[in-house]
Amino acid sequence: MTGFGILSAITFLPLVGVVILMFHRGDDAATVRSIRHVALWTTLATFLVTLLAWSRFDPALAGFQMVESQAWAGGGLVYKMGVDGMSFPFVVLTAFLMPFCILASWEAINTRVKEYMIAFLVLETLMLGVFCALDLVLFYLFFEGGLIPMFLIIGVWGGKRRIYAAFKFFLYTLVGSLLMLIAIMWMASFAHTTDITVLLKTQFPADAQKYLWLAFFASFAVKMPMWPVHTWLPDAHVEAPTAGSVILAGILLKMGGYGFIRFSLPMFPDASHYFAPLVFAMSVIAIIYTSLVALVQEDMKKLIAYSSVAHMGFVTMGLFAMNQQGVQGAVYQMVSHGLVSGALFLCVGVVYDRMHTREIAAYGGLVRNMPLYAVAFMVFTMANVGLPGTSGFVGEFLTLLGTFAANSKVAFFATFGVILSAAYALYLYRRAIFGVLDKPELANIKDLSGREIALLGPLVVLVIYYGVHPGPILDASAASVAELVKSTQSVAAAVKSAALAGH
Amino acid sequence: MHPLSFSIAHALPETVLAIGALALVLVGAIRGEKSAGLVAELAIGVLALALVVIFVGAKSSADVFEGAFVDDQFARFMKVLVLIGSLVSLVLSRDFLQREGIDLFEFPILILLSTLGMLLLTSANSLISLYLGLELMSLALYVVAAFHRDNLKASEAGLKYFVLGALSSGMLLYGASLIYGYAGTVQFDGIAKALTAGPQIGVVFGLVFLLAGLAFKMSTVPFHMWTPDVYEGAPTPVTAFFASAPKMAAVAITLRVVTDALPGLAHEWRQIVMFISIASMALGSFAAIGQTSIKRLMAYSSIGHMGFALVGLAANTAAGVQGVALYMAIYLVTTLGVFAVILAMRVQGKAVETIGDLAGLARTNGWMAFFMAMLMFSLSGIPPLAGFFAKYYAFLAAVQAGLTPLAVIGVLLSTVAAFYYLRIVKIMYFDDPAPAFDVAPLSVRVVMAVSTALVFLFWVYPAPFVTAAANAAKAFAF
Repeated sequence: MTGFGILSAITFLPLVGVVILMFHRGDDAATVRSIRHVALWTTLATFLVTLLAWSRFDPALAGFQMVESQAWAGGGLVYKMGVDGMSFPFVVLTAFLMPFCILASWEAINTRVKEYMIAFLVLETLMLGVFCALDLVLFYLFFEGGLIPMFLIIGVWGGKRRIYAAFKFFLYTLVGSLLMLIAIMWMASFAHTTDITVLLKTQFPADAQKYLWLAFFASFAVKMPMWPVHTWLPDAHVEAPTAGSVILAGILLKMGGYGFIRFSLPMFPDASHYFAPLVFAMSVIAIIYTSLVALVQEDMKKLIAYSSVAHMGFVTMGLFAMNQQGVQGAVYQMVSHGLVSGALFLCVGVVYDRMHTREIAAYGGLVRNMPLYAVAFMVFTMANVGLPGTSGFVGEFLTLLGTFAANSKVAFFATFGVILSAAYALYLYRRAIFGVLDKPELANIKDLSGREIALLGPLVVLVIYYGVHPGPILDASAASVAELVKSTQSVAAAVKSAALAGH
Repeated sequence: MHPLSFSIAHALPETVLAIGALALVLVGAIRGEKSAGLVAELAIGVLALALVVIFVGAKSSADVFEGAFVDDQFARFMKVLVLIGSLVSLVLSRDFLQREGIDLFEFPILILLSTLGMLLLTSANSLISLYLGLELMSLALYVVAAFHRDNLKASEAGLKYFVLGALSSGMLLYGASLIYGYAGTVQFDGIAKALTAGPQIGVVFGLVFLLAGLAFKMSTVPFHMWTPDVYEGAPTPVTAFFASAPKMAAVAITLRVVTDALPGLAHEWRQIVMFISIASMALGSFAAIGQTSIKRLMAYSSIGHMGFALVGLAANTAAGVQGVALYMAIYLVTTLGVFAVILAMRVQGKAVETIGDLAGLARTNGWMAFFMAMLMFSLSGIPPLAGFFAKYYAFLAAVQAGLTPLAVIGVLLSTVAAFYYLRIVKIMYFDDPAPAFDVAPLSVRVVMAVSTALVFLFWVYPAPFVTAAANAAKAFAF
């Protein structure tokens, strides 16, 4: 199909909200209220259109759907959009989380509200574009463009060390991405196109694949983030405003995993097999090391940030197991982690708005004054641990299963991560929620407000729903993943037989 | 042999400028000191007329004036850039010159003459016309650099530029004479025919000296030393002019000389271009970090950007020429926008020029901060802004030509450069406000807004610019 379709509508709808916001002037209470409402309704409308797209989405198809293309820059580049079972869950996730971000900033952000909302809406467009783009350069445009609004969000509305965090976030990601850009250019000059659907069928020479794989890896590993290039994440998380953390953990980190599924695995299968042990090693180190680091954190957001790195370790491990369970588990884990970590950051935001500190030691005994909050936090903590019955379990279990089939030693060590995650998550919960309420500042702390219940309620429901009924997400990605696994495994078989023939 | 009318038809923009400049000298001489405003307006009109003439004039390619002058797609593309650069600089200069009390009618005329030199340079097809164009351009530039003659720094800038410029002209002339000695002709196509056999050492010497002279005009390492001082010392609208129009012409003629006249020495000149490119990118990226004056910072930034543009030239392909042409177009628009912002930096009537003066601009003047931020992100090559496409096409050409290591070095250095562009954004958005700026004149605000709009919305419909650059590249036979 040529022309514009529903995916362009989803992607660029937030920009309509930006245009409306441009016409708001002044700082008085009525204007600010109206700004907040415009932003909220824009994100809700985007989500509704996404649901409409979901109803048209056919999970049985392995290829790309809702494809639209349009001549773009003269010479080579095409504006091409489309989704398949591996990208569409992320589109839905992004559109779903955005209204929560706006709601989370409802009272927390009081300065430069208009600019803040504009930054978020622009960011939404760019994130949706990343998952819909079917042209490499278009993908890169959205992928990298997200740096600008995120840089401003961290730098303007962040905490004390926000400038350091913003620069670190920007430059870390930029270095990785630029190496990927060179690889994109190389691929463009090799295949004479940047159309992803064509590139997926292109056979790149085996020795070039290694360099290309490494270049893409430089970008996605930073974005993911994988040990040892994860150090920007705790800083960015701690300094970002609550909604910024939700977006970082919920969506931006998923771009790394999405990149592996969309590019590294199918386009460079030889190199992926070659480098799989490296990824396994880095993943296992990430799982165990960052879990241990999370155990000693004094700052709630930092603790959750390190736990995110550990959980992303499961994702990379599952992806490079390169079998149906591993890859599907990784997709599931990413969606689930998007919900759970987003929810955990929202939970931290709830108490931060009241006490303006994230020190774990400043809290304790919250359950006495905030029973509802304690329940919500409990559900998300359990989901973070991977308790059966929550969405966190399904992803972790599938990735471990897949990894076990591929390399049992890796799975053995990774399982320690599950135990460690229980340790740090429950330890956090005990320190913050249980115990005696002896701090005078906490004596009058209020339980969740109506807005906060509306914020956390749906997430509680979804985390449990997807824990007992993972079908919708797994079915959506099944066909596409099967296709991917088939193509990479046939390459693996070819490599193996070639190696045997050589001996 | 073409009839004179045919030749003139292909050199119509130059003719318009020459006649216009001479007529304006008369206007100025007859009406005296008070005519500055009128002459400036007429000069803007002449430049606009030249632009129109390019768009409606001859579309064919031809070598005219006994082969000394070539009119082709590439020349027309670069001439449009040169004329836009001159025109916008002149528009920007009006208010500044009046405030500084140096609003003399000579200024627009010098700009016109210099622009005429640039157009000749862009179309030069022999070593003689190259030198004539270059000197016409440079002599006027030396004078405008020192135009604020009671100002010590401006005089210093002018003198420095003149002495070093004269030296570089000498080197260029020496190189040209060596090449003439070996080729036996000054025509580019003749040189290309004569110098096909393995290079003799003398020719290589000639090439090195020739490129040294041109590198000086492009302000690339190692002939960049004048740039920061001249940028800082010259009156700001003059700096805007220096940063835009002459750069277009210098890059255009460098490209034409090496591809038209010296294809036989491609192996040699590509090494030189690569060295210049890497050194410029590196110096531009690292040296700008410590700058506090925004004009000096832009000087180093321009050195770096010339390095990036030369990445495309090093490819020595049609795609490379396209990359260079597009890079220069986008760089021109961005740099004019940045200088409009710098011209708007006035506190209580006094021009301020340090980066610290931009502090908290987002709160005192949100739009201006947004313009500047977008221009800075574009200069650092972040998508979806125009600067990304500029780098994409230039580097793509290099990768296609097998110069992947050069592209890798380039992108790594551009991350270093991103740091100081980000610092400006940081100062504007994250720091506490400095005293607010005065309301800028309308012309300055329009230039900022238009240039940001072009940079910001380039991704929506890049096709016309990309295609125009691709057509420009067809002028060369690869």
